[in-house]
Amino acid sequence: MTRIIAVRPGRRGRLIAGALPLLLLLLGYALASALRHADNPADKVLPTLSAMAAQAWRLATEPDPVTGQITLLADTLASLTRLGAGLALATGTALVLGLVLGVVPLARAVLGPVITLIAVIPPIAVLPILFIALGLGEAAKVALIAIGIAPYMTRDLAAYVAGLPPEQFVKAQTLGANSWQVAIRVALPQMMPRLFETLRFSMGPAWVFLIAAEAIASDVGLGYRIFLVRRYLAMDIILPYVAWISILAIAADALLLLVSRRAFPWAQGGAR
Amino acid sequence: MTAPLMTAPLLELRNVWVEYGDKVVLEGVNLAIAPGEFVSVVGPSGAGKSTFLRLVLGQEAPSRGQVLLAGDPMPPECGPDRGVVFQRYSVFPHLTVIGNVLVGFEFAGAPVLGRLFGARRRAALAQAEAMLAAVGLAHARDQYPAQLSGGMQQRLALAQALVKHPRILLLDEPFGALDPGIRADMHELVSGLWRDHGLTVIMVTHDIAEAFKLGTRVLAFDKRRHDPHAPHRFGATATYDVPLLRKVAVPEPAPAAEIA
Repeated sequence: MTRIIAVRPGRRGRLIAGALPLLLLLLGYALASALRHADNPADKVLPTLSAMAAQAWRLATEPDPVTGQITLLADTLASLTRLGAGLALATGTALVLGLVLGVVPLARAVLGPVITLIAVIPPIAVLPILFIALGLGEAAKVALIAIGIAPYMTRDLAAYVAGLPPEQFVKAQTLGANSWQVAIRVALPQMMPRLFETLRFSMGPAWVFLIAAEAIASDVGLGYRIFLVRRYLAMDIILPYVAWISILAIAADALLLLVSRRAFPWAQGGAR
Repeated sequence: MTAPLMTAPLLELRNVWVEYGDKVVLEGVNLAIAPGEFVSVVGPSGAGKSTFLRLVLGQEAPSRGQVLLAGDPMPPECGPDRGVVFQRYSVFPHLTVIGNVLVGFEFAGAPVLGRLFGARRRAALAQAEAMLAAVGLAHARDQYPAQLSGGMQQRLALAQALVKHPRILLLDEPFGALDPGIRADMHELVSGLWRDHGLTVIMVTHDIAEAFKLGTRVLAFDKRRHDPHAPHRFGATATYDVPLLRKVAVPEPAPAAEIA
């Protein structure tokens, strides 16, 4: 008999196999929702798919009577701006620090322990400090995202660079490279694919910090909206927002992967 | 070619010791290598072959004794006067074949940007392409190392090292990971390059046949003394130093000599 570990679905098989649990989840939800609505037509906990679609359509097309802006659009723009700023800050920091720490053992000796110390602090615990120090505006939210992910990214990149084959650093020196040239011509280019990878892994935590910051102090944003309508048990808004956030996250991940593959063809293993 | 040591030595080790704490790796190594020699270094694992190579490369400083390069004390730092080809990881995976060769010129000519532009780049490119042709890689100019076979990668590593015109070329088991057929091709290539460029080569190898086939001189590293209760207390040295009176111009297999 064929062993289960030897069964490898083809491309179409994988597509179907992957879609199946999703469909089952959707079906299960529709069923549960229908049952609850049969008991109580005004049920708010499990809104029907059509009710959610109508609510999502309304949020995505109609301007809010108070602000005059389309709610979903305004929330998305605000959140993505914060997320982008936080990620940019963290990526820039991690790029420079990771390179320096990876290439210069002296810098690793000086800065390594401090970064390790910062990395173990739960970022949410310093959120009050950020709000006190930076005010309740955008700066504190962006700072939370950056502080939340930069230490991890820095450590990851530094370890990656330090783990590059020592032969390459020796070879570069025998070819006449100075320390700076070793950093920018040998270490930096090889670090770039890893930077994209570690950024992809950091997207999840970055979203967590964004939504946490928005939930606590904000007047626009995806996280703010979810926590606002929670008071009214408005699951018909919360669930579409959660779905929208996952779509954004998947799109960002796919984009990073695509850019990384295009930009660094040499890093694609098995290109032979 | 004159017998070794008739000319002023290019590289000289005077009573060199390498110790880590109470572990002795090399002890009392005395050596003189003349320009134009092809020195094969053989010996069992742990006999200090790699340490010797790192010493000459400048990755390591002797704990006692002196290393002299052309009569001057050698700073314990890697420099462009000593080129190297390792068994693996010698080429930069993120650069194309031509980029890997060009980078040597760029390190020398562009200390800040690390890149050459315009006429200087074109001049460097011409030299790099000539070197690629010399090692038979002209057709793979724009490929990345991951797309090359192991033999081609080592050809590239040689080209990369040779454009810097190193006074000493160090080879660290350069053909250890290659198929026998490819290895024979590489032997021919290295012999040819050694002759044409007037190189001084130090090659560490596990393959004794290869050592005698290529070298003009074979050094065997081993421990002279052994304490079974404290194996680390005695270091290795060059126990045999076999000059091969092979004519430089005719690279045919040397008569098989025995290492004790």
